[in-house]
Amino acid sequence: MHEFDWSSIPGALPFLWDGMVISLQITVTAVLVGIVWGTLLALMRLSSIKPLSWFAAAYVNLFRAVPLVMVLLWFFLIVPSFLESLFGLPRGSDVRLASAITGFALFEAAYYSEIIRAGIQSVSKGQMAAASALGMTYGQAMRLVVLPQAFRNMVPLLLTQGIILFQDTSLVYVSALADFFGAAYKVGDRDGRLVELLLFAGAVYFVICFTASRIVRYCQNKLKVA
Amino acid sequence: MAYNWNWDVFLQPTATGDDTYLGWMFYGLKMTIALSLSAWVIALALGAVVGVLRTVPNKWLSGFAAAYVEVFRNIPLLVQLFLWYFVMPELLPVDWGNALKQTNPVLQQFLASMLCLALFTSARVAEQVRSGINSLPPGQKNAGLAMGFTLPQTYRFVLLPMAVRLIIPPLTSEFLNIFKNSAVCSTIGLLELAAQGRQLVDYTAQPYESFIAVTLAYLLINVVVMFGMRWVEAHVRVPGYIGGK
Repeated sequence: MHEFDWSSIPGALPFLWDGMVISLQITVTAVLVGIVWGTLLALMRLSSIKPLSWFAAAYVNLFRAVPLVMVLLWFFLIVPSFLESLFGLPRGSDVRLASAITGFALFEAAYYSEIIRAGIQSVSKGQMAAASALGMTYGQAMRLVVLPQAFRNMVPLLLTQGIILFQDTSLVYVSALADFFGAAYKVGDRDGRLVELLLFAGAVYFVICFTASRIVRYCQNKLKVA
Repeated sequence: MAYNWNWDVFLQPTATGDDTYLGWMFYGLKMTIALSLSAWVIALALGAVVGVLRTVPNKWLSGFAAAYVEVFRNIPLLVQLFLWYFVMPELLPVDWGNALKQTNPVLQQFLASMLCLALFTSARVAEQVRSGINSLPPGQKNAGLAMGFTLPQTYRFVLLPMAVRLIIPPLTSEFLNIFKNSAVCSTIGLLELAAQGRQLVDYTAQPYESFIAVTLAYLLINVVVMFGMRWVEAHVRVPGYIGGK
């Protein structure tokens, strides 16, 4: 059996914490941008202007068919050099974090837009009709009547997707960014204590995600429209 | 922007000379498909068992199944993969661990990836199976028991045949996910599709062609699976239910 030696973890905690900050930064930015862009995509998809709805459908289907790892590799290996040559940036400027965040946000927006579209469609048709009857424009009715109700129904799903996104941030490993998992791997590799560090990382992710999903479940019961 | 497009690169012999770059892509595609399909078979079997256990009237069994699902759902796939690949051989008895480390490295990578994807997906399948069983009216189970079936017989002949047919659509999306998730296995060096794409970039210096080809291959897998599952769905639809005949 393996002899466990956990002694390299306490000293590495500040480094691991820095990694956790990066993971959380990516998660929060990608969730916010993803929800905004996802809402726009959902509205486009439901719009009566055909080219807009085709664009949104193509975007969503493309991103949902491609593995996240591939999207991140695109944004790690190809997009930075493309931007460099486009804007004449100095070669090798470190755009890894920005690039990873952009990749996540664009990818997650596709998933968010499907959740939001379902949420909008779950609001009964009469709401839109009533708003129109009161003289509201389509935009006003969407913004003041339909979306607030839709988002209320969607909150648990959006948060659950956020937890999945947090787990997925570990995949920035492919772009050699030191997020929490990358940091744990580096420490383990350096000290020859990979087994302990990987078990530790798994335990930390489990505790965070399990707690978060319990909180979401609690909110779900609280938020139910009576 | 000056970029030299060169799609002929796929037909050139590789740097090692034993194949063309297109051949590498096909190798990767075969690996992705073999890995995903073998993991899917295990995931379905395990997921069905765990999903059933979650619904049985026995605290210990359903508690165990619930814990199983929570563990595999709340740890990122990449971390699970590294645990299977780097940690599991160390935790086995020394002889087994050594025997495992002496096998072919590709086999080691494949086994770790397969186990990882299978167990990760089985937790999700289990949730679908559970919700399928719970969506049946309680009268079905009671009727089965009243007919003199034992509990296992009720599951075998009454509940599961219905539940399985009802959960085909959500299972389709899990089936698609397992192909996409298999790309994560490139991180431990398994030469599946995404890894071959990366390798092509390094060897050919034609990043756009390589990545476009790999992305298209994933789209192709997606379309094939979707049409396949739509066919299955149409054939096993439950008459009288929404979307049924």
